[in-house]
Amino acid sequence: MKHLLSINDLSRDEAILILDTAAELARISDGPMKKLPTLRGRTIVNLFAEDSTRTRISFEAAAKRLSADVINFSAKGSSLSKGESLKDTAQTLQAMGADAVVIRHPASGAPFRLADNQWMSGAVINAGDGTHEHPSQALLDAYTIRKHLGKGAKDLSGLRVAIVGDILHSRVARSNVLLLAKLGAHVTLVAPPTLLPFGVDSWPVTISYDLDSVLPQVDVIMMLRIQQERMHEIFFPNAREYSRYFGLNRDRVKALNSNAIIMHPGPMNRGLEITADAADSARSVIVEQVSNGVSVRMAILYLLLGGAPIEGGIN
Amino acid sequence: MSYLLKNATLPNGKSSDLAIQDGHFVATGSLAENHKVIDLAGKQVLPGLVDLHTHLREPGFEESETVATGSLSAVRGGFTAISAMANTSPVADTAGVVEQVYRLGQAAGLCDVFPIGAVTQGLNGQTLSEIGAMADSSARVRVFSDDGKCVFDPLIMRRALEYVKKFDGVIAQHAQEPMLTQDAQMNEGEISAQLGLKGWPAVAEEAIIARDVLLAEHTKSRLHICHLTTAGGVEIIRWAKARGIQVTAEVTPHHLLLTDDYAKNYDPIFKVNPPLRLESDVLALRAGLADGTIDIVATDHAPHSSESKDCEWSVASFGMVGLETALSIVIKTMVETGAMNFEGVADRLSIAPARIARYANHGQNLEVGDVANLTVVDAAAKWTVDRDLMSTRSKNTPFHGFELPGVVTHTFFNGKLVFGE
Repeated sequence: MKHLLSINDLSRDEAILILDTAAELARISDGPMKKLPTLRGRTIVNLFAEDSTRTRISFEAAAKRLSADVINFSAKGSSLSKGESLKDTAQTLQAMGADAVVIRHPASGAPFRLADNQWMSGAVINAGDGTHEHPSQALLDAYTIRKHLGKGAKDLSGLRVAIVGDILHSRVARSNVLLLAKLGAHVTLVAPPTLLPFGVDSWPVTISYDLDSVLPQVDVIMMLRIQQERMHEIFFPNAREYSRYFGLNRDRVKALNSNAIIMHPGPMNRGLEITADAADSARSVIVEQVSNGVSVRMAILYLLLGGAPIEGGIN
Repeated sequence: MSYLLKNATLPNGKSSDLAIQDGHFVATGSLAENHKVIDLAGKQVLPGLVDLHTHLREPGFEESETVATGSLSAVRGGFTAISAMANTSPVADTAGVVEQVYRLGQAAGLCDVFPIGAVTQGLNGQTLSEIGAMADSSARVRVFSDDGKCVFDPLIMRRALEYVKKFDGVIAQHAQEPMLTQDAQMNEGEISAQLGLKGWPAVAEEAIIARDVLLAEHTKSRLHICHLTTAGGVEIIRWAKARGIQVTAEVTPHHLLLTDDYAKNYDPIFKVNPPLRLESDVLALRAGLADGTIDIVATDHAPHSSESKDCEWSVASFGMVGLETALSIVIKTMVETGAMNFEGVADRLSIAPARIARYANHGQNLEVGDVANLTVVDAAAKWTVDRDLMSTRSKNTPFHGFELPGVVTHTFFNGKLVFGE
């Protein structure tokens, strides 16, 4: 595993190794010495060509706890916003000796272009590309699910997960569908037909347009953010109607199984896809997802960079 | 210069000697003494190929291609007549611009370069351009197209179809419903869903084809559909022809070979408008070309500078170069599969396009008295495409590294040997 571009890059065993490593790193982080020396002297660049606070901070915290040097490179005020090409940016990072680039980019596939073109030699980690994938989010979601409902199992066999909302534009959904299927969970996608991709029939999932019928049948309900800009693209009549059919509110929380957990990748639109009392209920693991995110990203960086021999001498 | 071409294999499969003198095919007995003899044993001859669809980028985008470099690329691919689409800068929407392009072609002197006029001013889709003036100009434009953009407004399309009847013109439609393809990146299907690239549904193409064949029927005008890509589109054209509607259609070489599978690594060398479709579409296009539902192959040669392809998929330009690989792809996909013989190739790549565009002196049958526009191809020989060895100014071929059959060895234009020895 040289890069993490897509969940497809991971075998089931590699995915489980990441979750296990994250659990071990979390255990160490809970001890007195939060910081590990593993990546001392390594340089990790956070290349964020799209606004993101939580994912960038999460990767930054993960890298720093492993003692790596972190350079943050965000679109605003950087050369990316001045029309510099991705290729030139990549070559610049290469020249600066980046060992890994964590990239968030509005164009689907941009991390593939970084990794495939010999523009740079470091590891590329996809931190969300367009409407394609967000593999580290899926891994932290799987980690969170396993921790709560795994009953000591390595994978998620037999667990039932509903992903609700804007599947069409969601990189979180794409990565989660791939990973949850790999780990043996059964996934149901719940959305209005307008927010499901044309080719969804071939995905390893069940499709439903009816949230209320799905609620009592799942162990996990994962709510996706409805982006404000979609409001103007006639995917649904208005926010009120969307919430009525697809929002998670107090009554729907009551319809859930007694052991079911509520997840959301954030940032939430409280009152739209999820009400405040649902988000803050005892079932909600949304805040915990954030802290698990740091452990999982530490595991990703550790496994991609840690202990690997430095190729060609000086990096 | 006079030429005696010995042992040539004609499109009908028969072997014959051909004599060329003073720009025409002549009887072998009437050749002058000092003619050059070229032995074509084992080689296939075709009437000089005719391309109804190229982008030569001049005026305005000379860093990607010029009329001269495009002409050289054309004759290396075996073409003796090419058509230059109107989406230059300025747009070819006046007699002045089409005459300029035509003159640049004459100056290059390698093949005929026939400009295509814009249907609407500046390709704005709203106001008819000076269609009559372009038809009457020295370029004698007969084909009009807003290619790159669809003539979306049905009333404008109707008027354009009617207007060109005055001089037996034809409207070449880029069938793409704009509202269904906003920001679209690739064929809408399983792969676009997986890649998270915005889909370009087949219906966006088919809806316009269906509308326009009905308009052509109503106006009794001539319609040509550019770069057909879908099985459904082939069905609509088949239906329209059965009704007697005057519609013709083209397919590009790349749509005869490539599918949307090639998008999987996000390399924009495979990004093209209209997009690569499914294997079932490719097979339907081949069948349509073989049975004549699709009349011609046209390259949609679309040169782009390397920086517009060496980037993220969604910001990359649409298009591929195609002049130097077209005949090879047709041999690979149609002849080697047994779907078509070289009589069919001569028809789809020369005779039919010349007839649709009313290009005199092209698409003839290599008979004594005809203008000597001729392509010689070693159909069995293989070659490996190398983007660095092509004559086009741009390198955006999707076929780099492909081994293809069919090496063009000679191209004669107006009796002159413009490519080969």
